[in-house]
Amino acid sequence: MANTAVATGASTRPNYGSMSRDRTWALRWSYFFLVLFAIFFLMPPIYMLITSLKTSAEISAAKNPWFISNPTLQNYIDLLSQNQFLVFFRNSAIVSICVVILTMLISVIAAFALARMKFWGSATLATGVFLTYLIPETLLFIPLFKMFAWVNETFGIQLMNHWWTMIILYPTLTVPFATWIMIGYFASIPKELDEAALIDGATWMQTLTKIFIPVALPGIIAATIFTFTVAWAQFLYPLAFTTSTSELVLPVGIITTLIKGDVFNWGQIMTGALLGAAPPLIIYAFLMDYYIAGLTAGATKG
Amino acid sequence: MADIAARNPAGHPSQQRSSLHKLMQRKSTIAFLMALPLILLITILVAYPAGYAVYLATLNKGMTRFVGFGNFEFLFGRDTFWLVVYQSCLFAITAVIFKAIIGFVVAHFVHNIPAKGQRKWRGMLLVPWVIPPAMSTLAWLWLFDPSYSALNWLLAIFGIEGIPWTGEAGWARFSVILVNVWIGSPFFMIMYLAALKSVPEQLYEAASIDGATWWQRIWYVTLPMMRNIIAITALFSLIVTFANFDIVRVLTAGGPLNSTHIFGTWAFRVGIEGGDIPLGAAVSLFMVPILAVAATFILRDITKRGSEV
Repeated sequence: MANTAVATGASTRPNYGSMSRDRTWALRWSYFFLVLFAIFFLMPPIYMLITSLKTSAEISAAKNPWFISNPTLQNYIDLLSQNQFLVFFRNSAIVSICVVILTMLISVIAAFALARMKFWGSATLATGVFLTYLIPETLLFIPLFKMFAWVNETFGIQLMNHWWTMIILYPTLTVPFATWIMIGYFASIPKELDEAALIDGATWMQTLTKIFIPVALPGIIAATIFTFTVAWAQFLYPLAFTTSTSELVLPVGIITTLIKGDVFNWGQIMTGALLGAAPPLIIYAFLMDYYIAGLTAGATKG
Repeated sequence: MADIAARNPAGHPSQQRSSLHKLMQRKSTIAFLMALPLILLITILVAYPAGYAVYLATLNKGMTRFVGFGNFEFLFGRDTFWLVVYQSCLFAITAVIFKAIIGFVVAHFVHNIPAKGQRKWRGMLLVPWVIPPAMSTLAWLWLFDPSYSALNWLLAIFGIEGIPWTGEAGWARFSVILVNVWIGSPFFMIMYLAALKSVPEQLYEAASIDGATWWQRIWYVTLPMMRNIIAITALFSLIVTFANFDIVRVLTAGGPLNSTHIFGTWAFRVGIEGGDIPLGAAVSLFMVPILAVAATFILRDITKRGSEV
């Protein structure tokens, strides 16, 4: 805004001409570099799309890889008519939705208790939640692997090689973050609001559902989007704990089944990757502002 | 309050306190029960496995015998292990530095343009961060393909010969870092953009009246004002980059000749694929020191910010 004001003012006030010229040039350079960076950042997804619209013959032909001469939807048709791919998609969808519901239930209630109802050790627990959030899954998958074997020996419950095991595992990644972000949102709600409710005779549960959840709704939406994105994208746990093709989730399924030895069917791989990236991208396109608010509010991992 | 008064008509101070105490206890019991699912989840699926990893690392391959530091001694004697240590540090530090620089630069450009266009640009530039890393790395793998590399095709226009992106150790290291930077720098951009917006405009005006150049404005105004957010974003990123798995696994699977393995992927190779769970646990435990250092600094910053508020 300031830039345009200065730029238009320049014609009437030649004294400040050099400064406004500087600003206009700064603006031009900014756009120039932004375009360059946008090309860099958008190149892989665009190339995914380009490749997914090509036939195998065109992909292996030695010509401009950035140009499609015979666009076709054959890859999409092939992939979506494959039972296997639909199973991956279903597994991913069920796992992600269950994880979102489970995470939000656990974390909203716990965050309320931690932010408002101080109890013995609640401050330590809040710090503990944050520390848990910093523990990466690469540290936990090996002991979990062994623990699952132990559960199988002791209780006869086979956790290995089942897609629903992911519903138990993913909350370890999503709950700490969601709780942390919700503690922040709840703490920003004025104390008078819930005190008034308590004086009016509301129970703690009513205070949570009637006051905190509606007021902190933007935070809840942001946490939900994040939980979904993390659950959808998780790669290590399903790779380590599931092997049968009927039990794989989408990212692992695409990578382990479409890449067969040295035979790379790149048209289908890119189609699969694009379809796998679609749900988070669509959610992001519609709820971008919540997404960014959550990103900056929660001191996210990156 | 009402029922305390009713129960203590005599109003003995000690009695009053004890029933008040009871009330407090009730509230804290409810709170504890509300937090219980969280506590159970953290204890059973995070804290216990983390501790269990330490125990596992002291067992022999068949997990029948206690070997103490045997696994660690074995690792210290292996060249591959030192290669992994070197590559993990190189990967994490280089990637974080470049992510921070690119994020900072792009945030500045976005901040420079008129406000109404910023949302569109910001939305476009954040796309790499939204796509699941395993999926976008596949796209990079295809861009890097030895025989059909679309990147090499572009480079050929400028007369640059084909680069063995994932085929040669040095280039493979470069490639995994490049992909990591590609995925991570939009996140830095968003964080820095938010920080840039919080720097008061008056400071810049005062600086330009004093005749500061654009470089001096960045060095003496922007950077000091953003110091906190720069540090915390970098530390967060250091943790995840150090513990990365998806990118290396999909792009090179550790090759060529283990040159791109980092702790996460090597632990997977040794522990799950190689069947030596204790050794895998030992490898992954080497991530703990750097994570602990970063976590301490982050925690200190957060408690500091908490006490300021």
